[in-house]
Amino acid sequence: MNILLNGAPHEIADDLCLADLIAQLDLIGQRFAVEVNAELVPRSRFAECHLISGDRVEIIQAVGGG
Amino acid sequence: MSSSSSTDSLVIAGRTYRSRLLVGTGKYKDMDETARAIDASGAEIVTIAVRRTNIGQNNDEPNILDVLPPERYTILPNTAGCYDVDTAVRTCRLARELLDGHNLVKLEVLGDEKTLFPDVMATLKAAEILVKDDFQVMVYTNDDPIVARELEALGCVAVMPLAAPIGSGLGIRNPLNIRTIVENAKVPILVDAGVGTASDAAVAMELGCDGVLMNTAIAAAKNPVLMASAMRKAIEAGREAFLAGRMPAKRFASASSPIEGLFF
Repeated sequence: MNILLNGAPHEIADDLCLADLIAQLDLIGQRFAVEVNAELVPRSRFAECHLISGDRVEIIQAVGGG
Repeated sequence: MSSSSSTDSLVIAGRTYRSRLLVGTGKYKDMDETARAIDASGAEIVTIAVRRTNIGQNNDEPNILDVLPPERYTILPNTAGCYDVDTAVRTCRLARELLDGHNLVKLEVLGDEKTLFPDVMATLKAAEILVKDDFQVMVYTNDDPIVARELEALGCVAVMPLAAPIGSGLGIRNPLNIRTIVENAKVPILVDAGVGTASDAAVAMELGCDGVLMNTAIAAAKNPVLMASAMRKAIEAGREAFLAGRMPAKRFASASSPIEGLFF
């Protein structure tokens, strides 16, 4: 199935949870935060957050800014 | 230095800072220059932005938080680029999660790409939501004393009027309004945006501001590290001049040498 990951189409296996996606993207150990469909998902809930087709996932990080 | 100025510190949301210069971390050539400029500025509070991660790219590139570790600096995430209440509130919630519950944020809700002036109505609404959601809000606003008073009444921990448009370097365009905002306020007032060079920073402090937040004035200087050092000194000089209390300005001369004892 397809989700929208940081604005771009991204194919994932059915019934994937957010924790699996983070592992697949090789982001474990990095500092980031995640929204699904414009709602913050705290790290503690990654494993219970099951993705469905069409979900809009945003993964954000800190960058330089004023 | 007198004891009063050596113990003079800035308190924001219950935390005490020695430096009254807050700096942004954007527009630098690279992470190394960012780190060196911020070190030279002496700033203890640094702003960051939150943006999409580059999925699958540049995983080895250092992150801004590796260069400016939250253990050493107070990280102030901003809502730059937000033009409505919803995106500003979402950005703050993401930033709080990113920083393990750290709830100090710089709220800016912009109204127009050409001027980057704040959308004051949206800023007020977002501030109210964020304060209720336990954020400590330092808020970018225009130099309107009535709006500044309203933002303080909503519970913002600091109010940050612009001196001139963001990134313009035009200096303090409306010193009288800045002074009025300072005189009305019980929370720290910081000039945010518009400073172009060291004398602008000194003027802001002489007006009684509690601090100045700047980015482009340092990052866009020919030598950012040297300008960061200049800004540090200007902020300190302006603050000491404010505390010292300037002489009254007079239209005509007043001789500095005594009249008495003239021998001719």
